[in-house]
Amino acid sequence: MSAPPLLELVDLARHFPVRNAFGRRTGWIRAVDGVSLAVWPGETLGLVGESGCGKSTLGKTVMGIHAPTAGDIRFDGREIGRLPSSERRAIARDLQYVYQDPGASLDPRWKVVHSLHEPLKIHTRLSRAEREEQVHVILTAVGLPGAHLDLYPHELSGGQQRRVGLARILTLRPRMIILDEPTSGLDVSVQASVLKLFRSLQATFALTYVFISHDLAVVRSTCARIAVMYLGRIVELGATAAVFEQPRHPYTRSLLAAVPRIGGRRVTLDFALKGEPPNPRDVPSGCRFRTRCPLVQDVCATEEPALREVEGRRVACHFA
Amino acid sequence: MSELLSVRGLSVDFLTDGGVAQVLDGISLNVDPGEVVGLVGESGCGKTTLARAILGILPGGAARIRGGEVRFKGTDLLREDPIVVNDRVRGRRITFIPQDTSTSFSPVFPVETQIMDLMKWKSPRAEGDRGQRALSRYPRERHRADRDAVLESLRAVQIPEPARALRRLPHEFSGGQRQRLMIAMALLPCPDLIVADEPTTALDVTIQAQILRLLRELVKERGVSVLFTTHDLGTAHEICDRVVVMYAGQEMEAAPADTFFARPAHPYTRRLLASVPTGTGEIRDIPGDVPSLVAPPAGCRFHPRCDYATPECRAGRPAPRALAPDHEVRCHHPVDAPAGDDG
Repeated sequence: MSAPPLLELVDLARHFPVRNAFGRRTGWIRAVDGVSLAVWPGETLGLVGESGCGKSTLGKTVMGIHAPTAGDIRFDGREIGRLPSSERRAIARDLQYVYQDPGASLDPRWKVVHSLHEPLKIHTRLSRAEREEQVHVILTAVGLPGAHLDLYPHELSGGQQRRVGLARILTLRPRMIILDEPTSGLDVSVQASVLKLFRSLQATFALTYVFISHDLAVVRSTCARIAVMYLGRIVELGATAAVFEQPRHPYTRSLLAAVPRIGGRRVTLDFALKGEPPNPRDVPSGCRFRTRCPLVQDVCATEEPALREVEGRRVACHFA
Repeated sequence: MSELLSVRGLSVDFLTDGGVAQVLDGISLNVDPGEVVGLVGESGCGKTTLARAILGILPGGAARIRGGEVRFKGTDLLREDPIVVNDRVRGRRITFIPQDTSTSFSPVFPVETQIMDLMKWKSPRAEGDRGQRALSRYPRERHRADRDAVLESLRAVQIPEPARALRRLPHEFSGGQRQRLMIAMALLPCPDLIVADEPTTALDVTIQAQILRLLRELVKERGVSVLFTTHDLGTAHEICDRVVVMYAGQEMEAAPADTFFARPAHPYTRRLLASVPTGTGEIRDIPGDVPSLVAPPAGCRFHPRCDYATPECRAGRPAPRALAPDHEVRCHHPVDAPAGDDG
């Protein structure tokens, strides 16, 4: 990890105002609240957590869909969080975002060829022949025959549409892609094909992924490092294998304990975590996990634990 | 005949714009008393259609039952008088837990109104036929007894402060809490069978673990059978005694949960289990696509994607073959090896 990070977040925060019926602000939802992390070129960083933990807001803030409330977003050494939108657009070539179903964002009235040329027309000055060359390379990489260029989206299967959606993002040759729940809602066998495709594309185009998911098994099989989020904060960050083998944060431990393991003892027999995550509008004082934590002490209510270095990884717990 | 529910050769067609889709093709399965049976398969394999056929709530205009029977305690529900089924079976002997709890409650009435409406018709204490009950008011003593039962069951599903919870509107509960309410409502009529259609798919993993544990404890305690449909094999492992796997409207294999996960015999089951991500980082998919149900492949519907397929598989659907007591597979070439031992 001698190279500088491709993406670096420093104390990034995104708060949403809560307003009452008269439009007066009555509070804040602290969706992302002081997140610092770095993503190195060529790696896949997994971002996991349960719904409402702020992982999608984090991805969208990095993309510029939400403006950061505080903190820095550095892409390739340059601060991009506060750029005017005219300059921000230039970054879009290098930094792309994939929604849950990239196939759904195709225009039903455009042939595939039209959809694939559009980003190149907007963002590059390539000639028609160069564009065709580029589109052809990408189409091969996502495993679609050239004859599909003349089809409309409805003539393709769901899986093929998904491939076209990905090809559309790849034509610009981005350096980093944020994948937001790319496999949720898929059957396991289809999910396996999609993960395989992501992996081969990463090797072909030297991509860096941020992989946002709530599915721990998927993250485990695709990511080298993972960051676990709870209520807008990172609670644990480290090498995937180490985190899965020996989680240090009590929340990570509960989260991993809840994942069914086929062939083993039923995990639900021993599952101890009680209750549900608190409302993000009203986060507990001190450590945010303390209301459900089995190790809770007095200090947890008064002092928010910092994300500190523990045996080669970072954990935000007083007792890690 | 010890089984509670026995589906025999059930075939259901759907009329679609593209033609007649053969969504279920000669499905057979059994549920014994007190047993939790998992019905697993990928989306579009027909598991929800089967659940609906058992409950008798297939969409009338589009669905057509081509053949087969659904025997519940000896009576064929498909040929029984629909009024009798509605009065005595559906919602009383067989209840339902849906996947999407947010659309299963009316958003404008408090939970109490909605649960008491259910109890007026489906409470185990409700007597008389439908006409009588429609005319008479809710008898006061029965209302009191039913309300006590409701509070009791909310406590059983661990809803804090049940009496106050009843006054709240559905949106004031979280997704996990609403699913607990659904479980309570499914148990209130004291049914013999609960059909649960992907009840934990929309939940986070820690909430899913809580709900699965709760559901399993409650049904085991009360001796209720459950038919649990899911596409998630991990969930099936957590809750089921026995697993039936479906592919494109046909059942492929039925086995006790231990055998199913340790020594699956059907090539499809083996590929499906192998495609579950593991820690090793190796990813294995099933090549090819799920077939069209309008023009399905002849014989075993998995044969176009199967490594073991022979002309025999195209000629006709394999008859059920018993490999062990309770372990049946519909395949000409069952594999005899531990899971994950083949290519």
